[in-house]
Amino acid sequence: MITAIQTINLTKKYRTRTAVNALNMTVFQGELFSLLGVNGAGKTTTIKMLSCVLSPTSGNAVLLGDSIISNPHSVKNKINISPQETAVARNLSVRENLEMIAGIYGNDKTTAQSKADTLMSLFGLTKAAKDKTKILSGGMQRRLSIAMALITEPKILFLDEPTLGLDVLARRELWAVIEKLKGKTTIILTTHYMEEAEALSDRIGIMSNGELKAVGTVTELMLQTNTNSLENAFIALAAEMGE
Amino acid sequence: MKTRAFAVRNRKELLRDPLNLAFALGFPLVVLFLLSALQANIPEPIFPITTLAPGITVFGLSFISLFSGMLIAKDRSTLFLVRLMASPLTATGFIIGYIMPIIPMAIGQSAICLIAALFLGLNLSINVLLVLIVFLPAVLLFIGIGLLAGTLLNDKLVGGICGALLTNLSAWLSGTWFDLDLVGGTFKSVAYLLPFVHAVDAGKATLAGNYALIFPHLLWVTGYAIVILTIAITVFRLKMKNATI
Repeated sequence: MITAIQTINLTKKYRTRTAVNALNMTVFQGELFSLLGVNGAGKTTTIKMLSCVLSPTSGNAVLLGDSIISNPHSVKNKINISPQETAVARNLSVRENLEMIAGIYGNDKTTAQSKADTLMSLFGLTKAAKDKTKILSGGMQRRLSIAMALITEPKILFLDEPTLGLDVLARRELWAVIEKLKGKTTIILTTHYMEEAEALSDRIGIMSNGELKAVGTVTELMLQTNTNSLENAFIALAAEMGE
Repeated sequence: MKTRAFAVRNRKELLRDPLNLAFALGFPLVVLFLLSALQANIPEPIFPITTLAPGITVFGLSFISLFSGMLIAKDRSTLFLVRLMASPLTATGFIIGYIMPIIPMAIGQSAICLIAALFLGLNLSINVLLVLIVFLPAVLLFIGIGLLAGTLLNDKLVGGICGALLTNLSAWLSGTWFDLDLVGGTFKSVAYLLPFVHAVDAGKATLAGNYALIFPHLLWVTGYAIVILTIAITVFRLKMKNATI
C-alpha cells in the first residue's frame, strides 16, 4: 500500500492549550480514513494543518511526498477541502461557484465549464445550475460545497463534518456520493456520527485531547475494547482517555 | 488566471448585493439632489455645485470601504476563506483579487456622481474627467480602509466602523456640508490633518482649473493612501501567515 499522508509528531499549541499533541498517523492512498472525537478533540485543527491552512507549532506531515512545512504550494495543488460549514459564495450561482474554484486552481474557462458540468451531474445539481446558492436547501449547499472540493480532482480530499446539520435523507444522499469516491481519492473525514464512520470508513482514528488514542477498522476497535458496536468502542476509549 | 477567477467572484458578489448598489450609488445621488434643491431656494451660495460635486463623490467613496470591508469580513466569518486558504492562491493573489474589482466600481461610482452634477449645473469640461484621475488616490485610500477593517473586524463591526463612523467622518470633516472656516479652530485643524477635506479640495481645484493647488492636497491623500494600504496589506499577510484571519 502506498502512503498518502504521514504525520510525524504533528503538534499545534496555542498559548494555554495544546490542540494537537505529537500526532503520528499514516493514511494510505485511496483509503477513507475517519477521525472521530468529541468537540475540541483536535480533528479540525489536524485537518487545517494537513491542508496548509494552519502552521504546526512543531512536527511535520508529508502528503504524497511533499512536506506541509517546506513545500506547502505543492501540497495545495494536490488537495482540497470541504470545510465544516458550508463554504460557498452566496451570491454566485451553482455553476459560477464551481467554475470559480476550478479557475483558482488554474483551469482555463473551457476546462472549468466542462468540469462543472460533470460535477453538477454527479451531485444532482444540474437543474439548479443557474440558481444562486443562497436560495438552495442546506443539503444542496453541502453537496455543492463538496463538489467544489472535487472539481480540482484532488488526490487527497478533506471532509470536515460533511453531513453536520443535514436531515437523514440528505445525509444518505451524501453518503452515496462519498461512497463513489472511495478507492479513487484518499479521503480524510471528520464526523460526530458513529454510523457515518462505520458505513463509510476503511479505518478510523479516535482522537481525544489532541492525541490519537486508537486506530483501526471498526472490527479491530471493537475487539480492542471488547465491545459489540463502534459507539460502545468509542465510549470505552473516551472513558479510558478521561481517566 | 487564479487571481482573476477570485477577482471575478468578488466583483459579482459586490454587484449582486442590492444594498451595495442602493447605498453606493443611490444614497450619494439623493444627497446631491437634495442639497442642490436646497441651494436653489436660498440666495447665498452655501452648496455650490463645484463644492458639492467633489464633496458628494468623496462621501460616496466611503461606502466603497464599507462594501469591501464587509465582503472580506463575511468571507472570514463563513469559513469561505478557509477553502480559499487551502487553495494555491497566494497572499498577493488574495489582496489583488479583493482590490482589483473594487477600483473600477469606485471610479464608476465617482463618474456617475459627476455626471449627475452636470445635470445640476456643473460645467462640462476636461476638468471633470481630470477629477476622476485626481480622485484615484482617494479611491485607493478608501479601498485600503475597507481591506484593513475587513481583515481585523467582524462584519457587524465593519458595518459600525465603516458604515457609520467613516461615512460621517468623511462627510462632516470634508468641508462639503459647511465651510470649515465657519467653525474654524481645532475642528478645522483636525479636518486638515485628515485626508477627506484634502480630497475634496483637490477635486475643487481641478474643477476650477487651479492645477497648482491640486498637488499639495493630493500629497496628503496619496500619503494617507500609501500608509493605510501598506498597513492593510501587511496585516492581511500576517494574519494569513499565522492563519488567524
